[in-house]
Amino acid sequence: MILIIDMNWKKDSLGFYEFVLPIVTIAKTQDECIVKHFLEVTNQDLSQCDSVILSGTALKDTATLSQPEKFIWLKETEKPVLGICAGMETIGVVFGMRLIRCLEIGMTQINMLKENPLFCGDFKAYSLHSCCNEPSGDFEVWAKSTKCVQIIKHKIKPIYGVLFHPEVRNPELIKRFILLNKS
Amino acid sequence: MRLGVLFSGGKDSTLALHLAAEKEEVVCLITIISKNKESFMYHTPNIEISALQAEALGLPQITKTTQGEKEKELSELEDAIAEAARKYQIEGVVTGAVESVYQTERVQRICNHLGLWCFNPLWKHDQKALLEELLEKRFKVIITGVFAYPLDEKWLGKQIDNKLIDKLVDLQQKYGLSPAGEGGEIETTVLDAPLFKKKIEVLDYSVEFKGNSGVFIIKQARLVSK
Repeated sequence: MILIIDMNWKKDSLGFYEFVLPIVTIAKTQDECIVKHFLEVTNQDLSQCDSVILSGTALKDTATLSQPEKFIWLKETEKPVLGICAGMETIGVVFGMRLIRCLEIGMTQINMLKENPLFCGDFKAYSLHSCCNEPSGDFEVWAKSTKCVQIIKHKIKPIYGVLFHPEVRNPELIKRFILLNKS
Repeated sequence: MRLGVLFSGGKDSTLALHLAAEKEEVVCLITIISKNKESFMYHTPNIEISALQAEALGLPQITKTTQGEKEKELSELEDAIAEAARKYQIEGVVTGAVESVYQTERVQRICNHLGLWCFNPLWKHDQKALLEELLEKRFKVIITGVFAYPLDEKWLGKQIDNKLIDKLVDLQQKYGLSPAGEGGEIETTVLDAPLFKKKIEVLDYSVEFKGNSGVFIIKQARLVSK
């Protein structure tokens, strides 16, 4: 089972349709899903699932970035986690990375720096972000655009972050993450 | 949150408006009338009917006319959104974009520039499911433009119902047509929707068809009780 975490500023928001539902549609083709808002995630949700996906949010929505304490579980969990856009930024903040301003909107060239089981080759992806993480100690950088870091992976834990939105033009990436981690 | 909806009067922007109104406060409509019938950004046939739809919804409408030159029409859209922010204190914009990265990234840029939120509640949604949602919500939608083979003039003026959805899905399988007309194959006009206080009655129309495309032009219409 996949736990999809709604990262929008409030539960049942207008952003849900755009940033959560498309991920659910893709994930459902691979496995069962449950969706929880980030303020309502329980230890039981985390222990029941095979993997976790953190959704993106609207460009102006920075609610999760100011509440990293709600994601303290990221430091303890052994479960595979994929953070998308605001999801990746939040992972970065929880692990002490600095956020810097970086605006990218639209199709963006992603250049792979390191061979890996999840993403292969260079590709184009849809971006919608106004900041990005400055990589630091705990994480490896797997891919970059001309402007900033695009994919990160924790050096030890199966925690991944993608700054672009794979649900828009790269659904296979989400499917591969789920399949790789399905029990 | 006070929101303005980019409104063409077609099924997508009207459905987006309904979803937005369930969650937040929709306070105005923003409509761009493009003189270029092949505009990349804006739905065109019967855009003038949107004033009647605005009246049916009981919402004020900001309308701007553009010559429809590819990038210039964007500054006109930005002016219209900025005017909505000034006049109606909108904090965000809603669009009916489903698949088009071209449209959505341009609106996202404008909203970012103006410091506004941007919502696309139909984004990436299954096109057949969107058509079915219109029926479930009891929208009355007619086809007012067809722009791809094998759609012909028989489709113009037809109301979207279950039979028509089946036919569109069939054409998707045979010809790769997008069933909701997302590739610009079909344009629609909404005559009635749950938030309309009155419905639109078409009194006079004309049909123009040439080659593989045609439009159903509403020449005269009025609001009547539901």
